[in-house]
Amino acid sequence: MAKLSVDDLKEIKERAAREASLRGGETTVKITVHMSTCGIAAGARDVMATLLEEKAESGRTDIKIIAGSCLGMCSSEPNITVEAADEEPIVYQHMDVNRARQVFKRHILKGEVQTDFALGKM
Amino acid sequence: MKELSLHILDIAENSIGAKADFVRIAVDETVKEGYISIEIQDNGPGIQKEMIGSVADPFVTTRTERRIGMGISLFKAAAEQSCGAFDIESDEKKGTRVKAVFKKDHVDTAPVGDTAATIITLLAGNPGLDIRYEHATPENSFFLDTREIRQDLEGIDIDHPAVLEKIKELINDNIGSKR
Repeated sequence: MAKLSVDDLKEIKERAAREASLRGGETTVKITVHMSTCGIAAGARDVMATLLEEKAESGRTDIKIIAGSCLGMCSSEPNITVEAADEEPIVYQHMDVNRARQVFKRHILKGEVQTDFALGKM
Repeated sequence: MKELSLHILDIAENSIGAKADFVRIAVDETVKEGYISIEIQDNGPGIQKEMIGSVADPFVTTRTERRIGMGISLFKAAAEQSCGAFDIESDEKKGTRVKAVFKKDHVDTAPVGDTAATIITLLAGNPGLDIRYEHATPENSFFLDTREIRQDLEGIDIDHPAVLEKIKELINDNIGSKR
């Protein structure tokens, strides 16, 4: 069986310990990537990979990225939902690698809602 | 779907939607010369007997958001249009097993693609899920089991970015990143 090497495990444990000492375990932002057939066919896996990369780079343990089910808005996939504490949830549509990166850097890290990509705008 | 690995992701997400917490994914590129076999098996509650014959019909679904279900129909169509085969078996006690065979050099067969990305996406998006992933290529054959990896992690979450990175490296080291 393929296993993580001892060096890898050591590296993981050191990094986890370093991050845990910086922040508590509480989740303040939840990002749902809608991972259904329509989403996957439209590129949701790449969007997820981008968000995971950005999360790793930010070192933020209070951001949770999960896979969700279909919203019923298949024509606007890939969709993601951003739920930040004390904020209304925002659904972003037609995500791709670059847009997802922008949403992460601006909305999640700086709190600026990216209305251009939002699913609904009044 | 552009890659077979995206079908794997889609079918495994079906399993998770059906409350499975363990999925076995087996990709075998050595099963018979020129063929690729893909098997996805879960420990979910299974599909009712009345439904099993019609799951590949896109207009049959248990979901309520929309009335069309494309996942299994697409996977079956992809296999059959490439001179392959498709089979689904389900048991209320043992879960569901979906198997498809593809002819490798057929013009309609998509590349296997980035299976590491599929595994990482499943683990990151569904932290409670365990996966046994087996992959055999003419050059190498290997498997990993997240139940065992969890033990080595001693309490660190499997969806921790550092863990996901290492699992991705481990897969790509064993089967190569471009398939």
